[in-house]
Order: sequence, then structure tokens, then C-alpha cells
Amino acid sequence: MLKLFGKAISVEGIQAHRMQVSLTTQSNLPVPLRQGKAYLVKDGTIPPGFDHYIVFETRLKDLPEGAACTVLDAEFLYLDDQDVISLGQDGHVRSLFRANSPHNSILLTEQCNNYCLMCSQPPKRVDDHWLLNEAMETIRRIPRETESLGITGGEPTLFGDNFIALLRHIKNWLPRISLHVLSNGRRFADAEFAEKYASVQHPDLMVGIPVYSADPARHDYVVQAHGAFDETIRGILNLKRLGQKVEIRVVLHKQTVSALPELAEFIARNLLFVDHVALMGLEMTGFTRANLDALWIDPAEYRQELSRSVRILRAYGLKTSVYNHPLCLVNRDVEPNYVKSISDWKNEFAQECAPCTRKSECGGFFSSGIQHGYSQSISPFQ
Amino acid sequence: MSKFQPITCYTNQTSQYELLPFRFEALGDDDVVVTNAVGEFSFLPRPKLEDLVAHRLPPSDPYYSRLRAKHFLRESGDQAALELLALKTRTKYANLRNFTNLHLFVVTLRCDHSCQYCQVSRQSEDKAAFDMTRETAEKGLDIVFRSPNQAIKIEFQGGEPLLNFDLIRYIVEKAEKRNQTESRNLQFVITTTLALATDEMLEFCRDHGIFLSSSLDGPEDLHNKNRPRPGRDSHARFVAGLQRARDIVGYDGVSALMTTSPSSLGRVKDIIDEYVKHGFDGIFLRHLSPYGFALKTKSYQAYNVERWLEFYKEGLDYILELNKQGIRFTEYYSSLLLTKMLTANDPGFVDLMNPSGAGIAAVVFNYDGDVYASDESRMLHEMGDSTFRLGNLAKNTYEEIFTADNLLTALEDSFTSSVPMCSDCAFEPWCGADPVFHHAMHGDAVGRKPESEFCKRMMGASKYLLNIMRTDQEAEEIFMQWVNRC
Repeated sequence: MLKLFGKAISVEGIQAHRMQVSLTTQSNLPVPLRQGKAYLVKDGTIPPGFDHYIVFETRLKDLPEGAACTVLDAEFLYLDDQDVISLGQDGHVRSLFRANSPHNSILLTEQCNNYCLMCSQPPKRVDDHWLLNEAMETIRRIPRETESLGITGGEPTLFGDNFIALLRHIKNWLPRISLHVLSNGRRFADAEFAEKYASVQHPDLMVGIPVYSADPARHDYVVQAHGAFDETIRGILNLKRLGQKVEIRVVLHKQTVSALPELAEFIARNLLFVDHVALMGLEMTGFTRANLDALWIDPAEYRQELSRSVRILRAYGLKTSVYNHPLCLVNRDVEPNYVKSISDWKNEFAQECAPCTRKSECGGFFSSGIQHGYSQSISPFQ
Repeated sequence: MSKFQPITCYTNQTSQYELLPFRFEALGDDDVVVTNAVGEFSFLPRPKLEDLVAHRLPPSDPYYSRLRAKHFLRESGDQAALELLALKTRTKYANLRNFTNLHLFVVTLRCDHSCQYCQVSRQSEDKAAFDMTRETAEKGLDIVFRSPNQAIKIEFQGGEPLLNFDLIRYIVEKAEKRNQTESRNLQFVITTTLALATDEMLEFCRDHGIFLSSSLDGPEDLHNKNRPRPGRDSHARFVAGLQRARDIVGYDGVSALMTTSPSSLGRVKDIIDEYVKHGFDGIFLRHLSPYGFALKTKSYQAYNVERWLEFYKEGLDYILELNKQGIRFTEYYSSLLLTKMLTANDPGFVDLMNPSGAGIAAVVFNYDGDVYASDESRMLHEMGDSTFRLGNLAKNTYEEIFTADNLLTALEDSFTSSVPMCSDCAFEPWCGADPVFHHAMHGDAVGRKPESEFCKRMMGASKYLLNIMRTDQEAEEIFMQWVNRC
């Protein structure tokens, strides 16, 4: 697991409470481009003209006159050319964008109006508008040729018009980027808000919205919010009425798997026009660990329900993907829809996987699973 | 961590709920099927149904969740359920606003076959008497392009339409020319035995994207018995014609239809095997219609609907067996019903539409310029009953034809959402109105439902399909594939 957040060994030259820094490893960068960038010292050479130098483990002695220097520990050695990080005066380091990763997402807020049993990013009731402002700045620093970006929370739409403004900002600065927003969809039940969202006319924007059950009561229970199902479904209808791309995301756990085929039928019957359905394994992090007894089920135990659900969705021509499952825990008939999906920075394999012959096809585990418990049913392909 | 509430906090606290419109029908002694207006259904033990309607089904009951998810009941605050029901209703009826798609041109009544169950064909060399003229065809095309429908299908019927291929050629070329400015999605179909198909004709079909709808009644002996022609070689000609049609027009350019004659009844597997053998991916186990010679020669009465249902069930079982062995093969009558059961779409099949498709989804131009509400309507006319003759191309305008009183009255009278015994039938969402059939059999567009062979057939097949889905998950998934094949 990559360390995306941490504390610097030492920081200097941070003018504000926190600031964003674009990194480069190009020692021959034309001088006009050196301003405002931090040079990542990995091979000992120290080209002049940068405001800021990032070094690892020990401070360099002969820095150019007036340059600032931040010392990070070796766990941040993955940082590379064109990455964006945030440095705080208090030494907090956060990786905001990694140019060579296909899994970049911006955490827009930690506030949420759902309180999902398995939330991997437990919500906080704090005003965190600074995250939105930070995102506006990060967007300006992201390389223009970047292919994809995610927006997550919390619930990004809670920022209302400011969320719409962010989407416009992204469209202006990164018009070719494929943008994916994670939202509970409830805000879109407000037709006026959905229309504002659609009016951004982003050419490649998809919103991923969770639906956990065909039974409203069960969905509301999983997200711990009365009336959430109704708003979410009406939100999806509004978005599709406006021609927006919508993905339905279902996290599979003890509360959702037994009626998964019924949910698949519900989607096929009522929401056939959605663009993608993602059936996702549970991540052992955040609230999941607090609710483990209510949530944990070995994927081996729901293989049949998963297979039937995939077959139903497939029969109706719904584009379907199965995410976050070790390959040996799904039936063969699921494989056409199987996707290696776990973000690179938190993806690992178990010890048992060492002899497996199909490891290269397998999505493996969340690092949190390796750390906090995973299926005992895995069996390496021989 | 008591921040989290148990599921009981999210289920209905008051136990009050509202029933959404539904109907039900007993399946055997203990169970019922409930259906809603958009064709969704659920199986219930009878006591659960009684609890449901008495408003005493507890929210903790698994049937409660299922019925709420399928929009049979709603709690106060459930707005999405109503929006989804409205959306599915709009989808189901979306085709109505497009109006007429299918236009049948009977280019000749002459035929080289003399099938006993055929309604209309003539063994005659007299072209003048039984062929459509170019003038009539032109007037037909005027009507075709008056249709507001973006998708237009022109189907050539007979007799054997290939006997008047010059006119087909003429109509296709004229229609294509007009379509240069009309820009409709224009399709052509020829209904033919293929017995007289020359390479030249097939090349014309290839060049103009004309689809061929052919006939295959079963193995050689059965087919030739059903479809006599000079030389007793109908089957051999079909097989040769099929091969050439696939070579020239393309594999997907030719399909086949069967008709169930009395001799077919004991041989459903042979018939299906014949379709499989010739590489078709489905069959329509089609019952005989009570018109024309079929009625005259008593071949219609040679079997009743109960006997046909036996034939159908045996065939369907066999087809499911084939599918389970990995052979993708569809039974199309089932598929029509299943599409309404398992999807929000209406397949738009003229004989199973509500309001009836007769005269609005499809219209027939007879060789002599008479316009009929359906193929059956012209057969009825051949038997001396002109109720569903809507006018004549030489005499009547588009407006006169499509607002003909006898058509509008029949459509309105037979509208299943209001017809007695249809409006409270659990299978109504999957059914359609057939005013022409009921008029032919009972003398009015509504008919007497308890005696109706149409009802018995549809209800019998529906119940059989429901029972399969209730007991055989694999078969249900096969059905889901059928209804989504396109």
C-alpha cells in the first residue's frame, strides 16, 4: 500500500497554512518553467532555478541560494514527475495527484448525508470547503493530457452550486479528461439541480451511484438514511432523462448479497438505461471494521448469487463489471465481466497466492483485506 | 458503536401501506400470481394474498419487501414507485404514437401451391384477374408515405408474390426513390415459399436489402402433405431455395414460419428438429387461424386449442432441453408473451397488441385495391364478411381509410383495459385485443371470453410459462435471453 498521507521529516519555505506543489524530475526543464515547481531530487543532481527541492531522508547541504527544501521519508519515493502534492506548515504531506497512475481521484468533502454501514471514508460533520478550494487549484496543476480523474467524498453534491462550478472548472482546464463522480445520487432527485449538472455538458462524465437493494427498507438501512432509496432512484431517473451517464454501484456484503438477483432484476426492469453496473467486493476499512459482524461474508459463500445476478444483467444487455474480487472466488461464468479494479496504491496479494498460475489475470485484494482479514477459501490456480 | 441503527428502524413503523393496482390469478390450489399494469408479476401463497389485500401483511415479511420492490404496494413517501410505473407505462405504449409501421401489399392471389389451410390463394393463370396493378400499387405507396412512422415496413404477400415479381420490383424501386426525400427507415419483406425464387430475384433482394420470410412446416413428408404443389416437391424446393437465398441474400436475410396443421400435432419434435437441422435459431409454433379454406375444409376444427396447447407445451419443453444443451433456439410465440412479462417493452406484434394493431400498426392492400385492417380481415372478406374492409385505394383518402367507423369502433370496443373479463384478467398486461378474430367467431369485436379460443390459448401458454419460471431458474434465465435477443 502506498503511503498517500504522512508527515515530512522537515519542511521549509511553506508560506501559507498549506500549499500545493507540482513536482518535476526534469533537470533540464527550461528555466521559465522552473518557477512554481519543486524539483524531486532522486539522483543527487541539483539543477538551479527551482524554488523548492524535495529530498529523501536527509537534507542536502549545498542547495541553491534561497531555495527551500522539504525532506520526506523513503515511503514517498514513489513520487514522480508531474505529480502534485500538498505540503503544510505543520509538516503534513498529502499526495493529490500521481501522473503515472490511472486511479487518481480528488476527495472533495468528508461530509455526507448517508452513513453507510461499510463506508470506507467515514463522514465528518465539519465545514471542509477548503477541500473544494484545494481541488480547484489541483485541477489547474494536473497535466492537460491526463486521461481520467475521479471525484469522491463524502458526498460531493452537498456543495450544490459549488460542485457544479467545479465540474465547469474541470471542463475548462481538462476538456478531454474522462471524469467519474461518486455520489449517492440523492441530490439529483431535485430536478433543477440535475438540470444544472447536465448543463455543464461535460463530454465524458459519468456518475457512479450506489443502489444496494430492490427493497427500499434494506437500501435505507445499508446507507442508514430514511428515504434515501426513493431519492436515489428519482435522482437516477432525472439524470437519465437528461441524457447523463449513470453507473450503478453495488457493494457486496452480508446485507446485500442474498437479494442480489432481485436487485439485478429490478435494475433490468426499471433502470435498463443505465450505462454500467458495478458489483463490488467489500473493502476492509473505515466503518466496515466497526460493523464486521453485520457485513462480512466470505465471497465463496455468495458465488451462486453473484453468478445468477451477472447472468441476469448480461441477458438484459447491461454492461456489467465485477470489481474487487479475487479470481478464484468467482465462478467461471463471471469471468467475462471480471475486472481487475483495485486502485494501484492499495492493491496486494495474499501469501497463499504465490504459486497461483493466473495471478496476472487476478485483481487480488485490498491492502486493508490483507491486513484485517480475507477469505479463507482462496485457492491458487495450479 | 451505537451510531448505527438496526434494519427495523428503516422498515415501516406504522405497518400502513397503500395497494397499487394489480390483478391476480390462481395457479393450482395454493398459489396465485399477481400482476400489475406494466406486466410485472410475483408468486404468492394464497394466504399472503389475503393478508396483502386486508392490509395486514407485516413489513418484516419477505413477501412485503418483494411486493414493494415490484410496485404492488407502496408506503407513504414512496414517490419513485409511481415514477417508475409511469415510465414503464409510457415505454409499453410508446409505439402507439408512431402509428402504422407494417404495410402489406398483396401483389397477387395466384399461387403454385394449393395448401388446404390456405385462406386466399388461387390456382389460376389469369394475371389480369388476380394481380395487383401498378396504378393500385402507386396509390398504396401514397398511403404508405402518409404514415407518420419513421420506420416503414413493406411486406409483399400473396398468393405467391414471386409470381408477380415485376410489380415487387416496381414498388421497391418507386419506394426507394420516394425515400430519397422521405428518409424513412424503410424495410422490405417478401413472404414466399421460395419454390419459384430465381437467382435473379434473389440478387434483386440482395441489392435492395429485401428480407425473405419463408415457410417450413416440418420434415419432408409433413411439409409436402401440408403444402401440395405440382410435382410434390415443395420441401425439396424450399431446401434448395433456402441454400441459394442464404448464399445470395445472406444467412440472416431469410427466416421461416410454420403452420400447425392437424398432421403436425403429434410431430412437434420432428418439426423443431427440422428447423434446427436447417440452421434456424427459432421457431414460431403457430396455430391455424379459423379463416378461409381452413374453416371450409374443417381443418381448423380438426384440433381445438387444448390440443394445440399440448403440442405447444411439448414443443416448448423440447426447445428448453435444446437450450440447456447449449443450442440457442427461441420459441417465438413464448418470446412475445415473455417480452411483456420480463421487460418494459411491447414487442409490437400485431395480433397481441392493445389497442389492437389491426388497421393502426398494420394495414393490408389487397390486389384489387381494397384496404383491410389485417391479413385476417381480408380472409374474412373472402368468406363474405367485409366488416374490416376499410376502403379502396382507388376511391378513398388516407383520412377516410384510417378513420373508418368500423375500424375505430372495433378498436375501441376491444380495448382490453376496458373490455369485460379482460379488464380484470391477470394476464391482460401480456395480452392483446383481437377484434377481427372475435368478430369472426362470435360476431362482435369483444366476443365471449369464456368461450374464446384466443383467451384459452393465451392464458394456457401464459400459465405454462409462469409455471416454468416458478420452478426452473435455468429456464427462466433462458427466457431472459430470448426476450433480449434482437
